[in-house]
Amino acid sequence: MAEIQLQQITKRYPDGTEAVKQISLDIADGEFMILVGPSGCGKSTALRMIAGLEEISDGDLIIGGERVNDLAPRDRDIAMVFQNYALYPHMTVRENMGFALKLAKEDSGEIDKRVDEAARILDLQDHLERKPANLSGGQRQRVAMGRAIVRSPKAFLMDEPLSNLDAKLRVQMRTEVSRIQKRLETTTVYVTHDQTEAMTLGDRVAVMRGGIIQQVDSPKNLYERPENLFVAGFIGSPSMNFLPGRLEGDSIKLPFGDTPIPDEVRAKLKGDGKARDVIVGVRPEHFEDAIVEPDKPGLRFSAPVSVVESMGSELYAYFEVEHGVVDSSDLKELAADSGLQDLPRQGDDSQQVVARLAAASSAKAGEHAEMVLDTRHIQLFDPSGGKSLTAE
Amino acid sequence: MEAASIPAAPERAGRKVKRRDPAKPRTPWWLWLAVAAIVVFCLFPFYWLVNTSLKTGADLSTAALVPPSPTLENYEAIFQDANFTVALKNSAIVALVTTALSLVVGSFCAYALARLKMKRKFLILAIVLSISTFPQIAIAAPIFKLWRDVGLYNTIPGLVIPYLTFALPLTIYILTSFFKEIPKDLEEAALVDGATNFEAFRKVVVPLAAPGLATAGILTFIAAWNEFLLAITLTSSTNARTVPAAIAFFTGATQFEQPLGTISAASVVISVPLILLVLLFQKRIVAGLTAGAVKG
Repeated sequence: MAEIQLQQITKRYPDGTEAVKQISLDIADGEFMILVGPSGCGKSTALRMIAGLEEISDGDLIIGGERVNDLAPRDRDIAMVFQNYALYPHMTVRENMGFALKLAKEDSGEIDKRVDEAARILDLQDHLERKPANLSGGQRQRVAMGRAIVRSPKAFLMDEPLSNLDAKLRVQMRTEVSRIQKRLETTTVYVTHDQTEAMTLGDRVAVMRGGIIQQVDSPKNLYERPENLFVAGFIGSPSMNFLPGRLEGDSIKLPFGDTPIPDEVRAKLKGDGKARDVIVGVRPEHFEDAIVEPDKPGLRFSAPVSVVESMGSELYAYFEVEHGVVDSSDLKELAADSGLQDLPRQGDDSQQVVARLAAASSAKAGEHAEMVLDTRHIQLFDPSGGKSLTAE
Repeated sequence: MEAASIPAAPERAGRKVKRRDPAKPRTPWWLWLAVAAIVVFCLFPFYWLVNTSLKTGADLSTAALVPPSPTLENYEAIFQDANFTVALKNSAIVALVTTALSLVVGSFCAYALARLKMKRKFLILAIVLSISTFPQIAIAAPIFKLWRDVGLYNTIPGLVIPYLTFALPLTIYILTSFFKEIPKDLEEAALVDGATNFEAFRKVVVPLAAPGLATAGILTFIAAWNEFLLAITLTSSTNARTVPAAIAFFTGATQFEQPLGTISAASVVISVPLILLVLLFQKRIVAGLTAGAVKG
């Protein structure tokens, strides 16, 4: 167990491209740190540099107080779980899990003891003598975890360990990973592109984009106080709606009407109070059906609902907002990453907005619905640069 | 699909007398005939060899399909002949050493070609392969001269070294495609687990490439075991002479008698290990030759 420090770490390829640009990150002893971001953001490269599988071009990597830049992976005392598990196909589960101990020349009694202990934690006792080919996906995943935990290493590194599982199993294994990490209290760096995993697993989450860390914070803070448009749009599902707005004196102009700036927002608002254009971020859950909650304060408006998705416990209503398109490179990249940009637009100047309404809502596709927006929770962003105007 | 409904409709199935399993169309009789003809065509020379090896004296000139008075005399004769038994030993040593060296050196080369990031990898592989296309007769005379000068003429290393020139390209080619198929993650997992690069290679990569090693090993062994041209050019006595060369020096009882019976018997004897090897590893060889070519 140890803390891991990344100091100005850079990965530069021979052709000059930089996959990771001067990232600095302090991971405390026993902390569960998530690296999350769209594909190609450098998160896996960063993890592989910690593991020693990629050379560090610049900067210092410190594990447990020791600079390990030039140490081979075997000398770093870290364990890694690979996306495709990388189980040795020619060895049984027992041999797979004991491989590292065998290389470390532990005696066979000790190896058996520790493998059995790990198998008990992971519920693999009945499969120890089988080969990986005869295991299900979930079992293989657990063997991969087992191979990491038998060693009691300084840190676990996990590279999208759940992405090859089907949806239901993934949720189950997610809690399993969390349980094991809490129990062993081993420093863990976990790479994922799935923001749900990031939100549910991590003590802290580092959101990466283009080789740069955008924000490091607890999942709750990332969700409630994103520092820029990219983080705001990346974290949350369905993602935050972005609309153009304009601050004028005490009121804010939104595509669906003007409203006074709420005190909560004003208290956080930076700047000199001059009239200016802003990008307004609204989480889907901050809309509500005005008929269901008639007394709710906020901005009331009527919107033409185009699609309604019922989840049983709640309801997603999609509606178009005229003159609602926001132009921002951050948002374009987010859209490109999820493939959204390829979807046909309904109009050149209309933006689709999603609202999460109570299940009791009577919103119907093709009809207008009365909605109320809880303006206390809106986020404001600078249109140039995408920095948040409301985060502390 | 109809076959699946048979239990539900037994009556209808009963009426159709000539019902066939649609999944297994019956092989037409003429195809069997053709197969039989090809098998006879291929195996008859070998049968004739066995046939001849069981004959002695005047029987040798008969064309009878079955030897008139079968005898093992020829086999007894060759195993009493020191020239043959020593040659058998030489053959075994040369073939085994060639195979072992070619696997060790070849797997290192192949691993480097499969894994290292280097420029003109394809060119290197092409050059390696092109070596195996040289006609052996072209190098036989130069090697003969060279070996005479450096003192390797008529020695076992003097045979093993030129044999490696044709064994290595084949081994490297087969193993490169095998190593490429092994996911890099497995080696990285081994490195993180505490292995050195060599341990990762020996304990993870090599066991997984076992079918490739078996294929390359058997093909090398067969080629070295059968090799005749270099063996007869580069040896002059039982010191290093291998069986194919030794057979050429068999003599009859008199100057004018052809030692046909003993030559046949010796040929049968040296074929046996190869037949056993191929039968044992048949599946592996086929798998090895095709694996890597197509992603399965």
